Parts: sequence; structure tokens; C-alpha cells
Amino acid sequence: MAEKEQKERKRKPMVGLQPEGDVDWSSYRGVLVVVEQRAGKAKSVSWQLLGQGRRLADKLEAPLMALVIGSNVSHLAREAIYYGADRVFLCDSPELENYRTRPYSRVCLHVIRTYKPEIVLMGATYTGRDLAGAIATHLPTGLTADSTQLDVDDERLLLASRPAFSEKMLATILCKQFKPQMATARAGVFEALPRDESRTGEIIPVPPQMKPEEITTEVLEFLEATGKVNLEDADVIVAGGRGLGGPGAFRLLQDLADELGGVVGASRAAVDLGWIGHDHQIGQTGATVRPKLYFAIGISGAIQHVVGMQNATYIVAINKDPEAPIFKIANYGIVGDLFQIVPAITNAIRQRKAAKDAADPQQPSTPQTV
Amino acid sequence: MLHLVVCIKQVPDSREIRIDPKTNTLVREGVPAIVNYFDLHALEEALRIKDEHGARVTVITMGPPSAEKALRQCISMGADEAVLVSDRAFAGADTLATSYVLALAIQKAEDEWGPVDMVLCGKQTLDGDTGQVGPGIACRLDIEQLTYVEKVEYLDTEKREIVVHRHLEDGVERVKAKLPVLITALAELNRPRRASLPGLLRAARYRPIVWTTNDFPNIDRSKIGLRGSPTIVSKTWVPEPKQVNTEFIEGDGPEAVAQALIDRLYATDLPQKLGWT
Ligand SMILES: Cc1cc2nc3c(=O)[nH]c(=O)nc-3n(C[C@H](O)[C@H](O)[C@H](O)COP(=O)(O)OP(=O)(O)OC[C@H]3O[C@@H](n4cnc5c(N)ncnc54)[C@H](O)[C@@H]3O)c2cc1C
Ligand SMILES: Cc1cc2nc3c(=O)[nH]c(=O)nc-3n(C[C@H](O)[C@H](O)[C@H](O)COP(=O)(O)OP(=O)(O)OC[C@H]3O[C@@H](n4cnc5c(N)ncnc54)[C@H](O)[C@@H]3O)c2cc1C
Repeated sequence: MAEKEQKERKRKPMVGLQPEGDVDWSSYRGVLVVVEQRAGKAKSVSWQLLGQGRRLADKLEAPLMALVIGSNVSHLAREAIYYGADRVFLCDSPELENYRTRPYSRVCLHVIRTYKPEIVLMGATYTGRDLAGAIATHLPTGLTADSTQLDVDDERLLLASRPAFSEKMLATILCKQFKPQMATARAGVFEALPRDESRTGEIIPVPPQMKPEEITTEVLEFLEATGKVNLEDADVIVAGGRGLGGPGAFRLLQDLADELGGVVGASRAAVDLGWIGHDHQIGQTGATVRPKLYFAIGISGAIQHVVGMQNATYIVAINKDPEAPIFKIANYGIVGDLFQIVPAITNAIRQRKAAKDAADPQQPSTPQTV
Repeated sequence: MLHLVVCIKQVPDSREIRIDPKTNTLVREGVPAIVNYFDLHALEEALRIKDEHGARVTVITMGPPSAEKALRQCISMGADEAVLVSDRAFAGADTLATSYVLALAIQKAEDEWGPVDMVLCGKQTLDGDTGQVGPGIACRLDIEQLTYVEKVEYLDTEKREIVVHRHLEDGVERVKAKLPVLITALAELNRPRRASLPGLLRAARYRPIVWTTNDFPNIDRSKIGLRGSPTIVSKTWVPEPKQVNTEFIEGDGPEAVAQALIDRLYATDLPQKLGWT
């Protein structure tokens, strides 16, 4: 027995058992969005969440707040206001240049405990999940992962819904016991507000919460993935699946994408077959996109694909099988052989442009890529 | 000797789960239970470190008694000891309550077998799919977390330093940290080994160590299981597919169809939105 006791180490009490400080939850008000950035460039999910955060805050008649952490990021505090925030907390310090869990989470905890938002939202990105998991444990509070729907009810409860079991179901998750209510949310699902430079708001500086010498992890380097497609921000996506029959046919899709100023996407089947890189994959285990125009070519329309692209404004499906489920969500359907249809569409666009350019030689009608 | 703890979860193979179209509920019957895919990569990394540096590898799972089978699989691959943390009081845990119990179990493993140098988890599970348990454990144990690791570049047991590659959406980050650390494993990290014959023989006879609430004298019973879980699943439903009136475009040959499609697209607000002229 004595021996056993000796074995048990002396330990600090475990964190995350009791909330620290103010537990009068009624004093918690407003929605806080934690902005994710790298090298001074914000992730688009942050602006999408400010858009959804604005809708929730308006419903709650409460302020929308943003938190920007980094080094030389004061411009992002202004951007956050242009995208809908009333108040922005800005923690700008050289040692915060790279994301690291502890120094970033300490800043978040300080802001949450001081300014008491009732809802905290972050992108369900790798960094967002890393950070949210640490913060929610520390506070402690409930955290819903990877939400694709966010709403509030009359009792100011956050209704965070997330897909479950390979997107076959949705589950709505609540946290009644603690504040803030936290959720990470999937990129590409929510719509950002139009950027508006006439919007005004308050910027509140926040000091770092750890001394540089207390930070023991070190980011040695960041190797940016080059040549990756940016599906999330594309206005036009031309996506292909197993129906393409091989890697070569992606050339036809690229030609069409080039004419439209778009990028090429793919189903998981095409990716798994090695016909195109994983960074092109759309769906549950790939990107979630909301382009203005989406071509689904030789893609059957499995639910795990559809969840990644159903928010496109216009969907064109090309498939030889009239019963393919993809047609159920397509605005325009073409039943036929993609090897004949796709080049014909590319050609039709070229001809239209040529005709236009001939009539108006001053203005070449190639789309502007931004 | 290094002491490595691997957290594994037994999960239903979600690819096999179907929805009953009549009741709109999940059909779980007959769905095979497997060791969460990413957790096998976490275990493999621990075993590689053991092969290279020498280490004791302890596997821990919180789950029902049937999770014994998952633990045996880990023993057959080469884990030294396997612990089943199991009690009805743990049931219904969300990630907050799960990370609490697992952190307590890791502390108990330290008391039993020596200080823990590294905790290895999977990136996320196939069922809950949150990826929140790893960060939760690190936070509770007050150790550094390195999530989404695709490569362990080196481990210096003298200096007690580790350098890993973290795979992020936009690139790869090389990070250095001091032990003890918690890492969460991606599939790219390694290829899990097959069980060896001696491993299989040992697994066949092996009885996992079982810890219940009684084995944690200081446990706060209000923080475990359903009661200790702040998140509540208020409803689940099968989403209605988006309703769209599909216009099928037909015509005499591909050219006519293509032309008809272009005419339709030009008649929408797309030209204005996308700057087509
Ligand atoms: C956990 C999990 C996650 C998943 N994640 C994803 C994901 O992120 N993204 C994803 O896409 N899938 C995902 N899937 C896979 C998904 O279930 C489907 O298997 C996949 O989307 C099918 O790809 P496909 O439509 O290209 O292939 P298929 O289903 O084989 O469809 C090919 C289609 O091409 C048509 N076709 C064939 N030849 C021609 C032709 N000459 N002209 C015109 N049409 C033609 C056929 O009629 C058919 O409809 C996931 C599955 C699981 C279980
Ligand atoms: C459909 C569904 C949705 C859910 N949504 C949420 C939610 O939004 N928020 C929430 O807090 N909870 C949620 N839960 C509950 C959650 O799944 C459980 O808390 C579960 O015990 C752990 O979470 P996870 O499966 O997401 O693990 P993850 O955090 O994804 O697991 C990461 C790693 O932690 C380790 N690990 C996880 N669980 C165990 C275990 N029991 N034993 C040993 N190691 C383990 C493994 O190494 C694993 O790879 C949900 C559950 C379901 C079924």
C-alpha cells in the first residue's frame, strides 16, 4: 500500500474540470469568430464564418466580434470589419508569426474570459481543430466539430449541425451547461458577406499571454504546397469522375475550364484511381466548394460527392446514364457520351467568343481571372 | 527506456453503415467493429520508435468489454501492454469527458510503468470524427501537442527533442518540440505492420488489464460519461436531398446540345457575375 502510494506522482490539478472566473452565463453575449491566417493572408473560411456569425449575432441582437492573432496582421483586423465584425481583438506580436497551440490558445482564452462571447466559431481546418480542441478543454465547454449548419433558437442556444456516418445523417448538437458554446465549421459551406470598406468598427489591442522564452515548440520551416489547385475560391469548376475512363480525358476538362477561367475538380473514384491529384478531390473527404458554375462530368452523384458541391449556384451534369443520381441536383442535364459533349461545349464557347471578338475587336472576351 | 502510450478506439466500420429507408435510422446490426484506421498508424509509429530506440508501448482504450478484441490486435502487432478502461459510468461520453478519462488513465499508466514520453493518437475516428480527443488529452496532461503528423523526421532521446512534419491544407510544416509530446497520426505517417506469429500467439493468450472507476480514487464522477458531457445530440435526421427542377437539354447531335447549353447559361446571371461578354 505504502509502496503504491509512493508510485503515485505529485501532480498539478488537471485543467478543464471547473470553469475559471465568471460563471454567470447571462453575462456572456455576442458571437466571436477566430480568424485563421498564414503570412498575413486570411483563410476564406474566416470570412465565411463572419458572414454566418453576422446572421447569428443579428438574430441574437448582439455584437459580432473577431479575433486576429499573428505578426504584422493589423490589416486583417480592418478586413474583419469590412466582412462584418463590430469589434476586433488584435494580438500582433513577432513571436506569434507562426501558429503554435499554446501561445495562440492562451490569447483566445484571455479574450474569451475577458470579453465573454456566448458563441465562439472557428474553421474546421487542421489549425482550427487543433486550436478549438485545446481551448474547449481548458475552459471547459462543449465543442461541436465540423458543423455545416449553424443557427440559434429563442433561448439563445447554438444549434450546430454536423454530418455523421459518411454524410448519411445530420446531427444537431447543443451545449446547455457552459458558455461559450463552441463549434468548428466546414470551409466552403457558409457564405461571406460582400466586402464593404464603408463598414466601421472598433479594434481592441490584446497583449500576448506567453513570453517568447516560455514557448518551447519551434516551427523550423513551412514548405508551401505549390501548384495546388484552389478549388475553394474558384468561380467555375469542371469536375470529372470515373466515367472519364482514364487520366487522358482530364485534358478535355482542362480545355473547357480554361475557356471559362475555371479549374478542374474530381470525384474520389478518379483520385483513387490515380488519374488526378488528391488536391482536386471534391466531397466529404476532399474540398467543399460553392462555385457559381459546376460541371459534373462522368460523375454518378454519390452523397459523399454531392455534399461537397451541392451549394454551387448552377450545376451542369453530363452522364450517359439517364438514371444517374447527379441529375437530381443538376440545373441542366445532358444525357450522352462525355467524349462527344465536352469538346463540343468547349468549341461552342470558342465560337461564341470569336464571333464576339470579331464584332467588337476592342474588347477580347476572355474571362477575367481574379 | 522510453514509455509510449497509444490511444486506440474501436469503431463501427462506417462504410458499412446503412440507413433504414422506412425508419430513417442507422442500421448498425452486422456492422463490423474495427480498430480506428488512423490509430493503427499511431501504433505503428510507436512500434517503429520501439524498434529503433527501445521503448515500452502501452495501448489504452476506453470502451465496452467487447473492445478487448481491438486491444488483442494491438498486442499481436507488438504492443507490450494493453489497458481497457471500461465502466458503465463512462458510457455516453463526448470528447471532453473522453479526454478526461484517457488523461487519468495515462497518468495511472505513468504510476504503473514509468513517466510517459509520448502519447500517440489517430488524426480522428471513423465514427465521432471530431479530432478533438488528442488536443483534449494534451491539454489535460499539460504537454505539447503536434497534430496531423505525416512524418517523424527525428527523435533525439538524449536531448529529448522531436522534429515532425505536420500536414496542413496549404503545405507542410516542420516543427521541433520537447518531450513529452502528444502526436496525432495521419495515414501518410507509415504502413501498419502485420501481426507476427509470436505476436499472434501472445495475443491469443493475452488478457487486457481492465480499469474501472474504482481504479481512479480521485476521479470526479460528475465529469465522466453522459453526465460529464456538455454536448447533447438533440436530434439526428437524414437530410432531404436538394430539390431542383432539372432541365434536360436535348438536340440533334453534340454540337446542337452544346449550343443549347451555352445559350441557356448565357441567359442566366452568370455572364454578369463572371464577366463573360
Ligand atoms: C467515407 C467515404 C468518403 C467519401 N468521400 C468522397 C469524396 O470526398 N468525394 C467523392 O467524390 N466521393 C467520395 N466517396 C466515394 C463515393 O461514395 C463514390 O464512390 C464516388 O463519388 C464515385 O465516383 P464517380 O461518380 O466518379 O464514379 P461512379 O460512381 O463509378 O460514376 C461514374 C459515372 O460516369 C458515367 N459514365 C461512364 N462513362 C461515361 C461516358 N462516356 N460519358 C458520360 N458518362 C459516363 C456513369 O454512368 C456513372 O454515372 C466517399 C465514400 C466514403 C465511403
Ligand atoms: C455522430 C457523432 C457525432 C459526434 N459529435 C460530437 C461533437 O461534435 N462533439 C463532441 O464533443 N463529441 C461528439 N461525439 C462524441 C464523440 O464521438 C465521443 O466523445 C468519442 O468518445 C470520442 O470522440 P471521437 O470519436 O470524435 O474521437 P476523435 O477526437 O476523432 O479521436 C481522435 C483520437 O483520439 C483517440 N480516442 C478517441 N476516443 C478514444 C477512446 N474512447 N479510447 C481511446 N482513444 C480514443 C484515438 O487515438 C483517436 O484516433 C459525436 C459522436 C457521434 C457518434
